[in-house]
Amino acid sequence: MIQTKSDAGAAGASTSATVSRWVDCAAAVFAKELRVELRTRYALSAVVLFAVITVVMVSAVLVGASVRGDVKAALVWIILLFAALSGLSRVFVREEEAGTAAILRLTAPSSAVFAGKLLFNLALIGVVELVSVPLFLLLMPVEKLQLGLLLAVLAMGGAGLASAATFTAALIAHAASGKSALHAIISFPVLMPLALLAVQATVGAFDAIPVHILRARNDVGVLGAYAIVMTTASFLLFEYVWHE
Amino acid sequence: MNNSQRSGFGAPKPSAASAPQGSPLAQIPKVLLLLMLCATTVAGFLWLPAAEGFRNPALARIVVFHVPCSIVASIASGVTMWYAIAYLATRRPMHDVKSRVSAELSLLFWILTTVTGAIFAKAQWGTYWNWDIKQGAIILLLMIYAAYFALRSAITDERKQAVIGAAYGIFATLCVPFLTYILPNSTPDTLHPKGTITTKDGLSPEYKLVLWVGVLGLTLVYVWVWRQHVALDAIRSRLAARRTPPPASGFVIVETGQ
Repeated sequence: MIQTKSDAGAAGASTSATVSRWVDCAAAVFAKELRVELRTRYALSAVVLFAVITVVMVSAVLVGASVRGDVKAALVWIILLFAALSGLSRVFVREEEAGTAAILRLTAPSSAVFAGKLLFNLALIGVVELVSVPLFLLLMPVEKLQLGLLLAVLAMGGAGLASAATFTAALIAHAASGKSALHAIISFPVLMPLALLAVQATVGAFDAIPVHILRARNDVGVLGAYAIVMTTASFLLFEYVWHE
Repeated sequence: MNNSQRSGFGAPKPSAASAPQGSPLAQIPKVLLLLMLCATTVAGFLWLPAAEGFRNPALARIVVFHVPCSIVASIASGVTMWYAIAYLATRRPMHDVKSRVSAELSLLFWILTTVTGAIFAKAQWGTYWNWDIKQGAIILLLMIYAAYFALRSAITDERKQAVIGAAYGIFATLCVPFLTYILPNSTPDTLHPKGTITTKDGLSPEYKLVLWVGVLGLTLVYVWVWRQHVALDAIRSRLAARRTPPPASGFVIVETGQ
């Protein structure tokens, strides 16, 4: 990306070549992640099973209890956050363990590598949300559900979660041991504003009180801003981290 | 103490903090600083009148200890960020040392701010913790610094430690405005008084005087300790470089091996 900007004045043809090469690299990284994942199904099974088990557990424990909408919103996001964090840390650790990181550093621009990994984590979060949220709503029904609002919150929250967690995953790839625990520790401060905003917005989608809906619409925008800030900062800082 | 990193200092020049330590004149600023801090403490407890407009006026005096701690902690956080960016830009190991030492002191002053704030909250608002905006911000900062040190301690190579630490510090600090400015906009209630030290009628002149002297004194303590630590680190690295012959770094091995 940085290369394309500096080359922009030089020649139109070389710029488009650089862009298409960048896109190719990002797509190749994404495709490789997807293929490895479909071969082993490590992250997918861990994350999705984690989410399903927690949803079932929560609903079994709370059977017969009258749970308010705001409590349900908090439960949904706690489950999503913990499930996501158990799987998102793999993308860069896998490269270090397989010993392929050095080749990747030499052959692809760093921002393209990050873009590919980010896309994969986005897809992973999408799958987790697709499985666990409908299951949650099936087991713990919400009467006045605002579906459009909920989908917007899940999309924006998922995007922010993916970019923040992908960057922290790049950081912990350098750590000596205890990587998944460390990933959770260093991600929580970064994800705390996201979690608070997402829960507040989901409350509006669950209880359908006009004031809460109004606040939730605002929060969706803020969640989008959070995702943009996190993605921009990740792309800027990733170059330093990746070439270390 | 990884030597490959330490040797990167080369031959550090004697730090300014270790100037003429022996002469009695050098002790004068320290004595003045001690007197200043003593004066602030005594004035805070004995000279200041009980603050009006608080539920428990006598206990509001903690403001002259709480606010300086938070201001010094903010300064230390700013210094941490500044040198983290400087390190990523220049890769001079000294910048990383300055950033890390400042982060340690920043964490210390944030903890002091949290503790004095919690005591104040119990006296004035009834509970130690009530998720006020500033309490949310401070818990986030404490978590960021705790995670920063956890991350650094998990990385063995010192150069990687410095780069990863700096990158995480910058990244995580970007989250603070979301919790301190943006999120509270949808829930506009805060228990903290607004404009306490900036507006004319926020605090009485006596309070302002003691508070600002306290800020100055604590800032000087911070700068002093920070420079001592940085100088100590430079001495340690010089000692480490002297004990062992200059070790070949990983990059050198790769290049000569081919």
